Amino acid sequence: MLKAARVSRPIRAQSRRTFATVQDPPVRRYGGLKDQDRIFQNAYCRHDHGLKGAQSRGDWHRTKDIILKGDSWIIQQIKDSGLRGRGGAGFPSGLKWSFMNKPGWEKDPRPRYLVVNADEGEPGTCKDREIMRGDPHKLVEGCLIAGRAMNATAAYIYIRGEFYQEASHVQQAINEAYKAGLIGKDACGSGYGFDVYLHRGAGAYICGEETALIESLEGKQGKPRLKPPFPADVGLFGCPTTVANVETVAVAPTICRRGAPWFAGFGRKRNEGTKMFCISGHVNNPCVVEEEMSIPLKDLIEKHCGGVRGGWDNLLGIIPGGSSVPILPKNMCEEVLMDFDSLKDAQSGLGTGAVIVMDKSTDVVGAIARFSHFYKHESCGQCTPCREGTTWMMNMMDRLAEGRGHEREIDMLLELTKQVEGRTICALGDAAAWPIQGLMRHFRPEVEKRIASFRAEHGPVMFGGRLRNQTDPTLAIPDNLGGNLPV
Amino acid sequence: MFAAARLPKRLPNVGRVPAVARTISTTPCRRSDALFVHRDTPYNNPKIPFQFSAENVKRADEIISHYPPQYKKAAVIPLLDLAQRQNKGWTSISVMNYVAKYLEMPPMRVYEVATFYTMFNREPIGENFVQVCTTTPCMLNGAYEILDTVCQHLGGIKPGETTKDGKFTVIEVECQGACSNAPMLVVGDDFYEDLTPSTTKKILDAFSKGEKPKPGPQSSRKTSENSAGLTALASEPYGPGVHCVEEFR
Amino acid sequence: MCAVTWDFCGLGRRGISATAPRQADITLTVDGKEVTVPQGSALIQACEAAGSPIPRFCYHDRLAIAGNCRMCLVEVERSPKPVASCAMPAMPGSKVWTNSPLVHEAREGVMEFLLSNHPLDCPICDQGGECDLQDQSMRYGADRTRFHEIVGKRAVEDKDLGPLVKTSMNRCIQCTRCIRFANEVAGVEELGSTGRGNDLQIGMYVEKTMNSELSGNVVDLCPVGALTSKPYAFHARPWELKHTESIDVMDALGSNIRVDSRGVQVMRVQPRTNDDVNEEWISDKTRYAYDGLRFQRLTTPLVKQGDRFVPAGWEDALIAVADGLKASGATGDEIQAVAGHFADTESLVALKDFVNRLGSDNLALDQVGGTAPPVANVDVRSNYLFNTTIPAVEDADVILLVGTNPRHEAAVLNSRIRKSWLHTGLEVGLVGERVDTAYGYEFLGTDAKALADFIAGKGEFAKKFQAAKKPLIIVGSAVGEHVDGAGVYNALAKFVEKNKKTLVTPEWNGFSVLQRVASRTAAYDIGFVPSKKASTTKPKFIYLLNADEVDPKSIPKDAFVVYQGHHGDLGAQLADVVLPGAAYTEKGTTWVNTEGRAQLGRAAVPPPGASREDWKIIRALSEVAGSPLPYDDVLTLRDRMWEISPSLVRYDITERTSTELALAGLKALAERTAGAKVTGATFQKPIANFYQTDPISRASVTMAQCTRSFVQGENYGFSEIGKGSEAAYA
Repeated sequence: MLKAARVSRPIRAQSRRTFATVQDPPVRRYGGLKDQDRIFQNAYCRHDHGLKGAQSRGDWHRTKDIILKGDSWIIQQIKDSGLRGRGGAGFPSGLKWSFMNKPGWEKDPRPRYLVVNADEGEPGTCKDREIMRGDPHKLVEGCLIAGRAMNATAAYIYIRGEFYQEASHVQQAINEAYKAGLIGKDACGSGYGFDVYLHRGAGAYICGEETALIESLEGKQGKPRLKPPFPADVGLFGCPTTVANVETVAVAPTICRRGAPWFAGFGRKRNEGTKMFCISGHVNNPCVVEEEMSIPLKDLIEKHCGGVRGGWDNLLGIIPGGSSVPILPKNMCEEVLMDFDSLKDAQSGLGTGAVIVMDKSTDVVGAIARFSHFYKHESCGQCTPCREGTTWMMNMMDRLAEGRGHEREIDMLLELTKQVEGRTICALGDAAAWPIQGLMRHFRPEVEKRIASFRAEHGPVMFGGRLRNQTDPTLAIPDNLGGNLPV
Repeated sequence: MFAAARLPKRLPNVGRVPAVARTISTTPCRRSDALFVHRDTPYNNPKIPFQFSAENVKRADEIISHYPPQYKKAAVIPLLDLAQRQNKGWTSISVMNYVAKYLEMPPMRVYEVATFYTMFNREPIGENFVQVCTTTPCMLNGAYEILDTVCQHLGGIKPGETTKDGKFTVIEVECQGACSNAPMLVVGDDFYEDLTPSTTKKILDAFSKGEKPKPGPQSSRKTSENSAGLTALASEPYGPGVHCVEEFR
Repeated sequence: MCAVTWDFCGLGRRGISATAPRQADITLTVDGKEVTVPQGSALIQACEAAGSPIPRFCYHDRLAIAGNCRMCLVEVERSPKPVASCAMPAMPGSKVWTNSPLVHEAREGVMEFLLSNHPLDCPICDQGGECDLQDQSMRYGADRTRFHEIVGKRAVEDKDLGPLVKTSMNRCIQCTRCIRFANEVAGVEELGSTGRGNDLQIGMYVEKTMNSELSGNVVDLCPVGALTSKPYAFHARPWELKHTESIDVMDALGSNIRVDSRGVQVMRVQPRTNDDVNEEWISDKTRYAYDGLRFQRLTTPLVKQGDRFVPAGWEDALIAVADGLKASGATGDEIQAVAGHFADTESLVALKDFVNRLGSDNLALDQVGGTAPPVANVDVRSNYLFNTTIPAVEDADVILLVGTNPRHEAAVLNSRIRKSWLHTGLEVGLVGERVDTAYGYEFLGTDAKALADFIAGKGEFAKKFQAAKKPLIIVGSAVGEHVDGAGVYNALAKFVEKNKKTLVTPEWNGFSVLQRVASRTAAYDIGFVPSKKASTTKPKFIYLLNADEVDPKSIPKDAFVVYQGHHGDLGAQLADVVLPGAAYTEKGTTWVNTEGRAQLGRAAVPPPGASREDWKIIRALSEVAGSPLPYDDVLTLRDRMWEISPSLVRYDITERTSTELALAGLKALAERTAGAKVTGATFQKPIANFYQTDPISRASVTMAQCTRSFVQGENYGFSEIGKGSEAAYA
């Protein structure tokens, strides 16, 4: 409650003023990250991505000293920096890494693994790709440091199979690092032994879920595991494992070198740091950019993407965090800040920081229906609500995109999303449900309009999409098909 | 598979939908769009031999060495990929059986993996495997136009089909993770981004001539920066130790 | 906890062993009721213990936890989402509700999804009446569907799993019980799930049958009608059937079964749960050989006249036997009785008493060398019993199999070995013919010489065996029939005595003989074995009691032969008089399994035609033959059994032979077999065709189909290359 009150103030303050107004000094406006504070200096691949280039940009600089500081120092740095996982859930990274070092962990003879989740598949998201293409050494060095923090013996980087070029850059970085003695038996001469392996996936969005990723890495179908046991107890190959996003891991060395307070200086409290945002859709110049957390969504689009196509007033809505978060209508887009808490208060989420912009020309129902297709295609099929629900929702969304449905089916569809949400093994069920809920929350009139116009053209539509006039009037039609309902 | 704009065209034409609604047994059956059982065919049966080339044996052993010895089967996805590359881009039943034998695992576990992941083609594909992404971010930027362009340019084939000369196979794929560079398509391993119908045709033409166009954005930009001029990372990168805390300078 | 990390990835590959130490109890509250369960229990078990039933499809307490049906959702305090109770360990002090609105709403949602693609073909579905989905939809299903999608329901191709399991994959709800059973218990690693999402399918991917002797169990496991019994298809509805709890006789395990009958016909055989014997599995022969009970039956007494049998009344037949006995002039040991596979304990006792009364000790067994005294000294029970007991097999850390293939001789026992092999560090060694056991083993050799090497401590396995805490030697029943049998027994007896510290202790007896014939243990128990003198006597009168494996050449031409049994198999052909007996489903008799566990079978249907319960036939014959037996009802007969050995009527328990007695028995065994020569002939597996081993299974059409499909490998019904439908593009 306290937090919500604190958050809402700047939003309200902004809404009353125009963008250009001089602001009160105490209200900090986030954004406007300087190049010197950007961690991923080679995100646009304008420089050498190899070891030499990386070292000239400060990678592998005194890594040995960081390693020698020990696990608790690194974890404390990460905790102090306020870094939250960049893969979507936003779990505090320092805390997560510390789960690996439970009291008595030294006595456990099992190997311990860091698994880097580079299975970037969330529609709209293309940030890890730029990190792995331009700054693969940041990732490899991050593996070593995060690995040291959790006393891991090896890291597996699970990269999605479609990223061939990215995989070859990372593999090159790994090879160079081995050759230079930066990783391996005596990493950076610190005496700490650490291996890094690259593992290419083969096309399954669900493998972005941490336990599915572990399954996939073990050479099985990527079907999420039941938790508990959590990966920190029983993970990859039955050993303690932590799965972390590429960006989370790759920022760790810079945080250690530049100090936690530097990183914590960006963004609002509990949402500190810098973040890679990827903007796609109807903006003039879509791009991937590293910005400060809590940057207002509108600023992000205006400053880095040349604004919405046809001007801000042409905006219909924005999906602020990748396909699995609910869409925000234009009026909300003006206010929200790009961070975990603000977007959560707006009943959406930061997700992976993938901003999908839709202008007024967009068939918004069709766009969300396309997401339903995506989730239907990517559902692993293991548990019932997701396996059956995603297909059902997809079928209904297809019809609603066209207007071929009954108004009562909107509520039924919402009910179905509720039957999926929170009932599944992993979060894919939730992810499939939220975009539809978001659509209906903000764009229900649009859906109703389509239904009405379809009905005007084709006559009454029964539940399930069959047209009333296609039925044989000489036969009794069951009443539960809604054919006889009044308009 | 999907195009919002095509739906009105598609649904009334569903031939299997009976015109009459009755309480019993009027549900048409919806068949899966992919086949998840193997049937022996002259071009795909267990009697067709397959084995790794000497070079790939080396690679395979290197891959296997990445995993704990008792978890050799963790290498099944990389090995299937390797074998698929050797087998003209598709995973036949012999490939799966060979990989199973190579990793000492029951063949069914390999079949499970090969049917689960979309990157394993269990039917032969053309020389150039064109995968057009049509997920929402690409769709917003005209991915279906690109898909139509590709299909028409290749002689009016449908997604999922191979051209008669066996040069191209086109499929519609889900998000490939290049959303800021939408729309995009993939040929083999390479991404072609920031497409327009005309650049799409150019790319296909080049491939049909046996050339390989330069991958990446087909617009003026290099990667995913702002195409109207850099809004970030315009300055030279800082060097080692710069901006670091005292002890790491 | 570790269920998810076990990987069932083929022979020689195992996950990390997970021997959970015995843990303390924990207390939690379920629906306001306090309940105490052992730590490590799943929440669903705690709820069951509290008397709150939880609906489930995927959860099965003998299989790994999958947690994928989501039907067992419950509400747990401080958890915002409903929790799958099968996958959640019970936590001390937690508060659980199984009956709250949230729980109902969640389960109803799951049920709606399950039904959305499930065909509404209950009227023509064989599972109807015993279908989990049907039952639970009565509670959690809506009264009408909301699924009217114009695109229709999912259609999935049926798979051909062979002549036993019928598939109707449209009905499948992807609970994966069958996959888990096949991989974990049966060792059929060909079954799995292909594809993903809504297209996830259960099957083999390639066209293949499910080659397992335990495959029928997937029919029981399937919570819906996707996997049903092919031989039983469309024959009966569950509510028409009379259930009779009985004991199986197809092998010597004494699996607990339930015989379902309608009228005078056995419609099917189902397993009964007994954790000490068969858990809840039975072999396919047990389950499907019942149709053999309908064919080739002997329904009326037959008397041979010239070269053909003529039906006769009971009186005439019995008089013919008595006359035959007289006419043959047989006296003393010239009267021979042969006990076959399906001879029940009551009739064995009666026959032995009868023959003894006639002055003979010539009690032969229907096996190779059965007319000679058994190789093993059967005076001490532990010399022929499965002393370790069946459940304790799972405690063994090293197992040596000698001349046996448990997969065919005791399929359900074999699944226990596999379970232990998967989940613990069990090592198995085999001396004998190489066989596919469904688990990895070290092959030591095929003959007695390989065993000698093992005993001499040669090789890795011998060292492992020496180091083991609970080693186990399983000696196959075929060893006693082998030419080197005496030598093997001699060596093993000495070996066990030498290693008595680990092999024979008050807690553990690691010397076990695995019988493969249902009647054998009881025969040994009552002393149905020939004396040394009798075994050399040429019989003039032979009484075959269910003996169908006899070598026709061993029967002297001039001998008078009586066959008593239920099938017109080999034995009846040799007979001069045939007396029709009852099959195991038609009589209430005692069966002693290989552990020495006496169990009571019950009559499910009446014997067909004029056939009678076996002991009654012998009792009647004794009257006609002039030396009447002193029991007129089964209770008096069982008193007589108690006199012979009390263990025969102490039902459902096993009695452990004391350490001293067991060692004494081994000593006697060693002395008796001293000096036996070893030829080094290879051990042959006694069962070449699992599906046809006895008169019932030989008469069974289903078993013949299994033989054709699984043994001879004729995959009828499958498409040939190029002839099947072309594969669609994936």
